[in-house]
Amino acid sequence: MGTFIIRRLGQMLLTALCLTFIVFFMTNLTPNLEKLAKTQGNFRMSDEAVNSWLSDRGYLAPLPYKFGQWVGVVPGWTNEKTDNDGQTIVTGRCFLAATPVEDRARFCGVLQGFWGYSSVFKTDVDALVAKRLSATGKLMGFVLLLMVPMALIVGILAGMREGSNLDRTLSTFSIASTATPEYVSGVIFIALLASSKFGISPILADWGWIDTKTLFLGSAKKAVDDATFRNFFLPVLTISLYGMGYIARMTRASMAEVMTAQYIRTARLKGVSFRNVVMKHALRNALIAPFTVIMLQVPWLLNGVVIVEYLFAYDGFGRLLVEAARGNDIELLMAISVVSVILVLLTQLISDIGYVFLNPRIRIS
Amino acid sequence: MEPLTWTGSLSFLNLFFGLAVGIFAVMVVVQIITSLFAKEQTIHIRSDGTAATSAGIGGLISFAVKVTFVAILAIVMIYLLAGVVMGTKAGIFGGMAQQLTPVWVGMVFTFMASIKFKRSLGLYGKLFDSTVGMIGFALVLFWVLAGVMAGVFDMIITHDSLSQASGMKNKLPGTPLRGAEDNEFQWYLLGGDNLARDVFSRLFKGAWTVVLIAPFATIFAFMVGITLGLPAGYYGGRLDTFLSFVANLILAFPVILLFYLLVTPEIVATGIPNYMAAVLFVFPVIFFGVLLNSRYHTQPKVRTPLLIVVLGALAWIYLALISNNGNIISTKEYNIWGLPEFLDFYDMDPSILVVFVSVVFVNAPTVFRIVRGLALDIKTRDYVAAAQTRGEGPWYIMLWEILPNARGPLIVDFCLRIGYTTILLGTLGFFGLGLESESPDWGTTINTGRTLIRAYVHPLLPPAVSLLTLVLGLNLLADGLREESLRD
Repeated sequence: MGTFIIRRLGQMLLTALCLTFIVFFMTNLTPNLEKLAKTQGNFRMSDEAVNSWLSDRGYLAPLPYKFGQWVGVVPGWTNEKTDNDGQTIVTGRCFLAATPVEDRARFCGVLQGFWGYSSVFKTDVDALVAKRLSATGKLMGFVLLLMVPMALIVGILAGMREGSNLDRTLSTFSIASTATPEYVSGVIFIALLASSKFGISPILADWGWIDTKTLFLGSAKKAVDDATFRNFFLPVLTISLYGMGYIARMTRASMAEVMTAQYIRTARLKGVSFRNVVMKHALRNALIAPFTVIMLQVPWLLNGVVIVEYLFAYDGFGRLLVEAARGNDIELLMAISVVSVILVLLTQLISDIGYVFLNPRIRIS
Repeated sequence: MEPLTWTGSLSFLNLFFGLAVGIFAVMVVVQIITSLFAKEQTIHIRSDGTAATSAGIGGLISFAVKVTFVAILAIVMIYLLAGVVMGTKAGIFGGMAQQLTPVWVGMVFTFMASIKFKRSLGLYGKLFDSTVGMIGFALVLFWVLAGVMAGVFDMIITHDSLSQASGMKNKLPGTPLRGAEDNEFQWYLLGGDNLARDVFSRLFKGAWTVVLIAPFATIFAFMVGITLGLPAGYYGGRLDTFLSFVANLILAFPVILLFYLLVTPEIVATGIPNYMAAVLFVFPVIFFGVLLNSRYHTQPKVRTPLLIVVLGALAWIYLALISNNGNIISTKEYNIWGLPEFLDFYDMDPSILVVFVSVVFVNAPTVFRIVRGLALDIKTRDYVAAAQTRGEGPWYIMLWEILPNARGPLIVDFCLRIGYTTILLGTLGFFGLGLESESPDWGTTINTGRTLIRAYVHPLLPPAVSLLTLVLGLNLLADGLREESLRD
């Protein structure tokens, strides 16, 4: 088990390195750098001005060298410039012009704990990412709280008596929910529940059942600091619904398989009631497979999170990704890809380990 | 002219329809609740020795569900048939039903022919044994026919999808077109969008974009996945380790980040999508070349002319696809010379190319993993060992022994994957990536409608519901196919 985890961790490191290099390569392509220079400097810069802006900031160095600086194994760039008064001003990746000479670090990269500076948000990347991650963590937490029990209940009820009416109804529901991407269910929910002109809100307001104009809010902007049922339920529901169907179907398949097993028949023949068979004999064995599915679903949720945060204007990690990508914010994008790749690989690892612990029939040698 | 109502002169039916739907919904809920608590069906033996189950309260409820469901279907059919005959006199629904007449004809024809000959149609025919599969197939067929008819033949649509009409901005469904000529369609059936364009026409024009790109992108992803996944699973070893690593690498990317990195005007300017197209589009050529060569290499007299013809045609299509205006890649700094223009019969729109390539790129690793897993499983079978003993080459075994035996799961996944590709295309449109902002495709329409969602929902809901029904249809179709292929 120990060597297995170490091997997986090594693989993770290699994947993360390759992936960040690809992101670095794509964001450092010439047209992207020009766009960055023009958005940061001004849009009417000439080609020479763009070039000097870029070379002053170390963007024109060879790609592996720049990537080494970001990782922290190559000394950061420095640039000497003579200003109008004849004084030389030294700027660099690791320090400002005002930093005293003896405090200037030679290396500054991820290894030194320096994640860089966001060009879109004008702030340090690590603090920004941490703040946005905690907001998204809250969203994800509520999503899991809603999605997992709902999916397990639907799956177990459907798989308990395969082929029954209940099974057919619930299976149709879960297929429909996997066929509804977040941007579709999100807009439908907003239209039906959060529009003051359409859907049920005007009716409810007419009847005096709700004091406010709409039943739910279509914007979750305030939910970052102050999440209420009214402003936070729709985003949570939207993400949960799309992820739910898949888990429910896996649970159903697993439950249906367990229900045909010999030991269930034995229990039934012994005279154990159906309820007890389901609760005591079937449930535990049926929940092994869904566990791995739930863990593997977490990175999948990340996509939903990006869409929903963008749709509901919730300032979390997903919206950060969109904003960073739009502004070609290189160092922010690098940090985002590191975080997301770690999330993806870690959940895979947990799901593998969890599977071994839950299922005594599997041994990893 | 009066604005249209939803059902026009058929509005007396609305009461019955509402009643039926209401009772149906209540009954379904009751059925779910009772099935949780009700005792299992009791079986009693009649005097003649046969067994019978007593229906009880559960049977009564399920009977009510069936009756109301049939009633709903019947009323919907009345709406449709009356609509086809009466047109806009039967309201907006009638108008739409009449515009869609060619689609109905096509669907009825396909279904009648398929059910008649279903025993001789293989897996496709078996689909018509399962209700779920038939519903799914009907939904998919509807959108395919509607997309092709609207996109290629300009049927169905009532107005040009890009032209704006004065005074029709954000107008509600059924608004008469102001100052319409006699030969023009007199209404905006589903209203106007924020640029005063007809929502109904844009919906079906957009269906064509989806119906065109999604299946082709999925086919290319399958070609890439099969061509790489079979050797990875069959040979194993270093090749497998390397290819699996690359596949996992791509899968570890958040899809939206990947889209933002690939589908921007800046990246298009570097020519990277063209390079990717040049690499990804070559896989079908390799696939068919190896497929035919491995089968016929023992008969050079058949093989040589066959390969020359097939590979020649495929290579021509390949070069025509990847080259535009005589160049394969053309950036500011340099050009790579490609197929000359007089031979180039098809110029792919660069915005469609980049969307296409990125969707293939995202889908291919998953297909690779599925094919690899299937190959790993199937290569231990006896018939593979038999082929090896016969002295067949590895590619023959992979493509003519393993692949045909893996077709069941692959066909099911193909249907699911078209649905997923449709969702991905919508995601691209939703973030305003790739296709132009005036493109009528569903994702882009949802994105533009999103800004006014609190005030006007009518430009937004039709594409959302359409996307939902198409993907739902594909999922149900896959479900039906899975059931029927397991039955063998």
